Amino acid sequence: MNNFSYQKVSETADALDQISKCNLTQIIAGGTNIIDLWKYNLIQPKLLIDINGIEKFKRIQQTEDGGLFLGALATNSDTAYHMEVEKNYPLLSRAILAGASAQIRNSATNGGNILQRTRCYYFYDAASPCNKRKPGSGCPAKNGLNRMHAIVGTSEDCIAVFPSDMCVALAALEAVVHVVSSVGKREIKFSAFHRLPGNTPEIDNNLQPNEIITGISLPPEGFAENYSYLKLRDRNSYAFALVSVATGMKLENGLIQKIRIVLGGIAHKPWRVPEAEDFLIGKNPTAVNFASAAELILKDAKGFGDNDFKIELSKRAIVRNCIMAIHPETLRPGAQPSL
Amino acid sequence: MKAESTDRENNNDFNLTTSQVKLKINGNCLQLNVLPWVSLLDAIRDHCNLTGTKKGCDHGQCGACTVICDGNRILSCLTLAVMKNKSEITTIEGIADGDELHPLQKAFIKHDAFQCGYCTPGQICSAIAMLKEGKANTREEIKEQMSGNLCRCGANTNIIDAIIEIKNKGNYE
Ligand SMILES: Cc1cc2nc3c(=O)[nH]c(=O)nc-3n(C[C@H](O)[C@H](O)[C@H](O)COP(=O)(O)OP(=O)(O)OC[C@H]3O[C@@H](n4cnc5c(N)ncnc54)[C@H](O)[C@@H]3O)c2cc1C
Ligand code: FES
Ligand code: FES
Repeated sequence: MNNFSYQKVSETADALDQISKCNLTQIIAGGTNIIDLWKYNLIQPKLLIDINGIEKFKRIQQTEDGGLFLGALATNSDTAYHMEVEKNYPLLSRAILAGASAQIRNSATNGGNILQRTRCYYFYDAASPCNKRKPGSGCPAKNGLNRMHAIVGTSEDCIAVFPSDMCVALAALEAVVHVVSSVGKREIKFSAFHRLPGNTPEIDNNLQPNEIITGISLPPEGFAENYSYLKLRDRNSYAFALVSVATGMKLENGLIQKIRIVLGGIAHKPWRVPEAEDFLIGKNPTAVNFASAAELILKDAKGFGDNDFKIELSKRAIVRNCIMAIHPETLRPGAQPSL
Repeated sequence: MKAESTDRENNNDFNLTTSQVKLKINGNCLQLNVLPWVSLLDAIRDHCNLTGTKKGCDHGQCGACTVICDGNRILSCLTLAVMKNKSEITTIEGIADGDELHPLQKAFIKHDAFQCGYCTPGQICSAIAMLKEGKANTREEIKEQMSGNLCRCGANTNIIDAIIEIKNKGNYE
């Protein structure tokens, strides 16, 4: 662990000014990820800029188009329990509440959640090689312990997964990430926010080093009638997903009119395959049809030994979660199987 | 070891000044001088000498360090003391009313809700905040809402029993 300086700011401009000066200056929001990474000596910040003084980033408010804007500094708890979120975006509420613990969600912020780093054991062990932490040092996970690791979208250099639950729902809801830098504002579609590792696994996402997240906007469609989040893990709660699935569905006359299926815990980003969703349009919401969609979603899946089981587990989780989405009244706390 | 000492040497150019942090802990206003990287947990234990709050993992994985900060249960190991300037904090030392134990403390004794007791301060602070949140009604919901507090002695069933008793009685202020 290294020593660092600390500064609290209350204006966006001051935060932008500081982060553009030195790449060892980092933002701290809830602190639940960055403090942990620092304690393991995985990052060595020189200066932490505490942005919790920027009050406007804490807001959750309706947008002009009938959607909802979630401030970057709104906590995960405040977001999950926000009246509008519970009513119109229950899928998001469920996914957030399936992550971490109540204490962590009280500190964790929306901006910090989408920027959290992988939980790969080798990434987390400063003594071990890891291309994500130390580019060019190698990836021990490929031939090592890889029970938690990716089965799709992997590269020669990295098979780490992105661990967020909230982001699986945000991908299903087609959220937009709002960022600001000294040159202006920018909006990033959620599907383009996180990235695959390729040969630069040290880069998790497309946020630029001089940018700050101001918030996340949700479109009006929240799939509030038919939705479900299922999280499968080594214990019932307070563990990262081995596989998770977010389903948002619109039914018309008993047939699927629109559907979003996104998987967590299996790739370097929330995993969505639009062809599988298109395949389901106009079809009956049956286990057989969902199973066909699952085959499409996992068609390029590849195991690395310990995580081979995740391929079949993902397919079954998709079917089960889509069935659960037909009956959201059965959903249980902790995103456990309900049907 | 060697790597660590090099890190520290490299840091000599740092301005290692302490910051003044004001905390109201269990009703007492304290003014601390802490270095930026001191966690709220270390500040509570080492600077305020309130050692009831426990350090289990120091990485957010056990819940032993749970305190109530401005009404919310949080992990004091994953927050910096400087970030909590001017906050109001309740630790296990502030739960009882003088010598009169809090109803939940009594319920823990009645239900044998601990063995070694290491997780207990965190469990009690967490449960009191959870009851005030009012989000958990069924046993299943309470278990889910308390999952951030691990008990290595496996007293969980009795812990949940104690919490349910207090919830049903409604006397958790
Ligand atoms: C034991 C444990 C279990 C967990 N389990 C789960 C789980 O099951 N599911 C899950 O989804 N998550 C889980 N988490 C992760 C948790 O959700 C994240 O730690 C949290 O969301 C991070 O938010 P934060 O505000 O604390 O981020 P911080 O730690 O403050 O910041 C994280 C990163 O984001 C950057 N940052 C923060 N805000 C901004 C901004 N506005 N603009 C630009 N950069 C910013 C910081 O510089 C830093 O790099 C777990 C964490 C722990 C410790
Ligand atoms: S000591 Fe903070 S969670 Fe374990
Ligand atoms: S009583 Fe020993 S850890 Fe809970």
